[in-house]
Amino acid sequence: MGAAREVLNIVVVGHVDHGKSTVIGRLLYDTKSLPEGAIERVKRISKEKGKPFEYAYLLDAFEEEQKQGITIDTTQLQFRTALRDYVIIDAPGHKEFLKNMISGAASAEAALLIIDANEGIQEQSKRHGYILSLLGIQKAYVLVNKMDLIDYSEEKFNEIKQDMNEFLNNLHVYPLKYIPISAFYGENITTKSDKMPWYKGEPILAAIDLFEKEKGLEGKPLRFPIQDVYKFDHRRIVAGRIETGTLRQGDTVLISPSNKMTKIKSIEYWADRDKTDIVYAGMSVGITVEDEFFNQRGEFIVHPEAPPLVADTFKANLFWMGKKELVKNKEYKLKLVTQEVECEIYAISKAIDATTLATVENASQVKTNDVAEVIIKTKRPISFDEFKNNQITGRFVLVDGYDVSGGGIVSGLVTEVQTISKFAQADLQLLVQCFDEYYFILSEGNIRKLEGRPRTFKVNDIIPVAGKTYEYPESFDLLDVKARVAARIRNCKLQAVLPLGDYQLESLPVLDHRGFLIRVHSQQEYQTFLKEVEALADWNDKRASQFAARWFDFSKYRTIGFTGNLDWADGDYSI
Amino acid sequence: MDHLDRLEAQSIYILREAYKKFGKLGMLWSIGKDSTVLLWLAKKAFFGHCPFPFIHVDTTYKIPEMIEFRDRMAKEYQLDLIVHTNQAAIDEGMGPDKGRLVCCKALKTDGLQQVVTNYEFEGLILGIRRDEEGSRSKERVFSERTKDSEWDYTNQPPELWNQFKTDFPKGNHIRVHPILHWNEIDIWAYIEREKIPLVDLYFSKNGKRYRSLGCAPCTGQIESNATTVAEIIEELKNTKVSERAGRAQDQEDSYAMQKLRKDGYM
Repeated sequence: MGAAREVLNIVVVGHVDHGKSTVIGRLLYDTKSLPEGAIERVKRISKEKGKPFEYAYLLDAFEEEQKQGITIDTTQLQFRTALRDYVIIDAPGHKEFLKNMISGAASAEAALLIIDANEGIQEQSKRHGYILSLLGIQKAYVLVNKMDLIDYSEEKFNEIKQDMNEFLNNLHVYPLKYIPISAFYGENITTKSDKMPWYKGEPILAAIDLFEKEKGLEGKPLRFPIQDVYKFDHRRIVAGRIETGTLRQGDTVLISPSNKMTKIKSIEYWADRDKTDIVYAGMSVGITVEDEFFNQRGEFIVHPEAPPLVADTFKANLFWMGKKELVKNKEYKLKLVTQEVECEIYAISKAIDATTLATVENASQVKTNDVAEVIIKTKRPISFDEFKNNQITGRFVLVDGYDVSGGGIVSGLVTEVQTISKFAQADLQLLVQCFDEYYFILSEGNIRKLEGRPRTFKVNDIIPVAGKTYEYPESFDLLDVKARVAARIRNCKLQAVLPLGDYQLESLPVLDHRGFLIRVHSQQEYQTFLKEVEALADWNDKRASQFAARWFDFSKYRTIGFTGNLDWADGDYSI
Repeated sequence: MDHLDRLEAQSIYILREAYKKFGKLGMLWSIGKDSTVLLWLAKKAFFGHCPFPFIHVDTTYKIPEMIEFRDRMAKEYQLDLIVHTNQAAIDEGMGPDKGRLVCCKALKTDGLQQVVTNYEFEGLILGIRRDEEGSRSKERVFSERTKDSEWDYTNQPPELWNQFKTDFPKGNHIRVHPILHWNEIDIWAYIEREKIPLVDLYFSKNGKRYRSLGCAPCTGQIESNATTVAEIIEELKNTKVSERAGRAQDQEDSYAMQKLRKDGYM
């Protein structure tokens, strides 16, 4: 066998009718990757049907040939350049398109995103851009197709480039190249087009050879997730695949998350040709260790100087393909390499409609085919990495019932899980309930409180002074007399958070941290107020009602709204 | 790692997932080159052991050399071998003269179903490959079958990032396909590299050899002078004929294999 040729997996995405099939058909034809006679046959069929020949039909014919006419989930088409072999991952069909695209794109190393020069950015272009960002596919070219329809105009091309860049950059996708093409006329496919002399870059075929293949998984920190432990004979073999890094016999290793240290005693093998004392990324191996403690599936064998993260709460970007919605606080099974653990969606920080990119903050569910930024809490701590540091140990799937229903990538640790809004400056914080809303629930005949979405406001952050059932002045002071912290809000912005001792009364309204006006109009009244606060043991004190009645005015800035049902009051909030 | 190393590592990973996940697991061994490679991969995955039974669905129409090879290898590798025949169908005179697809369904599909039911298998390892024929190209690595072995190929969950389907209702079983991603030439290159013992029928005698093995009445030979693995590889690089062209049941109608496989054929 000669040296193995490099293989690169490319996913081709784009809005329906923007010319995906034509581009692929062209690439296959121009690299002579089609079966013999395919082109003649398609030409004949086109002629018989009285339709002009199109390269897009070639793809259909090729798929037909390969798959005997069965509708398929993901097709893998191959072609080669002088440099290497390419596998095009295509996801045909419109039904459940997203699911198929994700299945295919998940294994892609680079992407071609096709946009119709005439129509510009469409729904699906956005959706696909978002998926690329979620899957962490950063090597992408945008092909601006059908340049013939806009007279090969450089100006229009630049407009589209600018629009698309603006959109994609928001998603942290930075296309490496924009290539103006006409797939139908073969412009800028294999050779540089003379219709667009203003374009200084490469045609597609030369450009894709410039995609750099991710190299050096062996050089990354060791991640060897335990798959199983065998005791078929006298040996106790720890089996699994080295996902990244390199492992040698005699290495000192850490087992995470149980945090035990040991040494690699041997690297096991059956066939003589597999005998080795070094194993590296990609290999399925078996080892024995010097200390035989209870190793279990899921744990990572790593080098102690480069451990993974260990936590039970983390932030993730997620795409949901389940038959049912993803629901906050519901239990799912999380699988991350060989670890499996029950988890709950602790918070849906942002649910994003993958078509319109409309976002709902602090949502309670994610619809099928939508994407979200979530906080996940697992039943026990697990080992993982941030996706940007290690793609394999930084991604996971969620199982709902019997099916893999979502995939996600770890975007970071959660330093603190917040349940209440606060104003913060340096070490000081003032917990506030002034953004809660009160409703008279018509269906229940009760008054209940809707808690505002937990947020942290820092100095100079804008304060939402007007809610549905409250409206505060643009400038005011806010006190938590029991916690002895104060805050100044000026022109709807947080100006400062300070200890109550440092606070000076100004001639502005003073509010309690729950949004009640405090009836203090002078220094004297303020001092009296403080003394009475001191005298109160807590809010259970018998004198509290009297105290509140005298000092607090609930209805100055607040009111009680009506709602038939609390769920209808505002989707943005949760109880 | 070269191409074959990568294929091997992935197959071993899949075999180990199956072994970990299914209490009742068996591997189908058809005596052909693919499932013999699979047997070799299992030996590697489990360090010389074969920790589950191997199943041969014997139609009684197999080519005699296959049975001879089967019994010799089972002894050498100390395999826990289950040989099963749909005896009721044989007693009623089932054979290819009743119609090839009818015969395949009775002796292979139903025979296999009887084994699954009798032994209550949760997982069945099979040596099918995506490039063999159309309906196999749509397969998942872990593919669910109902109680009656039916396959709903229109509604399969995605297989993301090596996370396979290991959750399913009781009574269903999972078909595990560890060499789904290999092609015919990969198989031969691997046989050559690893020096895997193989039944003689694949090598040319008197200008003919078998390219794919099955039941004697329904399996044709091809014109070939290839007597070594290297010669077979060279021959395959230049052929334009499909691998299963000699398998008569595939040619019954253009959707034959899809129909058979929807009902539980391997």
